[in-house]
Amino acid sequence: MWIYEKKLQYPAWVEGCDLKIAKLLFAQYGGPDSELSAGLRYLSQRYSMPIPEAKAVLTDIGTEELAHWEIIATLIYKIIDNATPEELVRAGMGPNYVQHGRDVYPADAAGVPWTASYIQAIEDPIANLHEDLAAEQKARTVYEHLIQCTNDRGVIATLSFLREREIVHFQRFGETLRLVQEYLDRKKCY
Amino acid sequence: MDIGRDRLDMLMQLMALEFTAVEWNLYLDTHPYDQEALALHNENIEALNCVKDAYEMNFGPITHEVASPCPWQWIQDPWPWEIDYKRGL
Ligand SMILES: [Fe+2]
Repeated sequence: MWIYEKKLQYPAWVEGCDLKIAKLLFAQYGGPDSELSAGLRYLSQRYSMPIPEAKAVLTDIGTEELAHWEIIATLIYKIIDNATPEELVRAGMGPNYVQHGRDVYPADAAGVPWTASYIQAIEDPIANLHEDLAAEQKARTVYEHLIQCTNDRGVIATLSFLREREIVHFQRFGETLRLVQEYLDRKKCY
Repeated sequence: MDIGRDRLDMLMQLMALEFTAVEWNLYLDTHPYDQEALALHNENIEALNCVKDAYEMNFGPITHEVASPCPWQWIQDPWPWEIDYKRGL
């Protein structure tokens, strides 16, 4: 089960109202390599993991991704909260405003709604973990693209924190893959 | 929303300790026999519980699992996405 903690994992802050970056941040909120995809992918894959370390890593990283999803939403919310409809239209967020107001709807930067087809869970722990390693690298790249697209120091600081988390997750998934591989090799010997 | 210097300082301290707990959690998942890491994790949890208790006593619940006077304290603003953290940085 999960329990809500009334705090963020990182003090997400914004300096100004860079509406263009708010629109682009949806890539990490509801895009293919978004925090939402990451969280649901890992939490869907954990049931068939063969060793306790792997069940723990998928549960704990999956949970952390939901905390990151909340941080991305917070950045978007803080930027668009005080924007007028005209300002949103000028920044390219007109369609989003018309369809969702200032609510943070899980769609990508181009407005395409999130879909489970972005992720896979196929029971094979080696295949699943390879997908997870790739997902962390792709998410890191999306963060680097986003950081290049804004001058807002708060947004950059927050995105830099999230980018570092992708690197840590990649490291932990690499260790998990090695542990699962060793376990499967041992099983073959007996 | 501006929550004031004292509350923000303590919240940031709590967030730092909780983040440290997450880092140890993930590390220990793949290194469950690392005694040095376990000792540091245990130390951090002690500090975390201390600050969490103090924060909840002074400023309100972090989870719903705390006794509450009337009215129910959990629903009080601000929620995490509404807090202005800029002052703490
Ligand atoms: Fe991640």
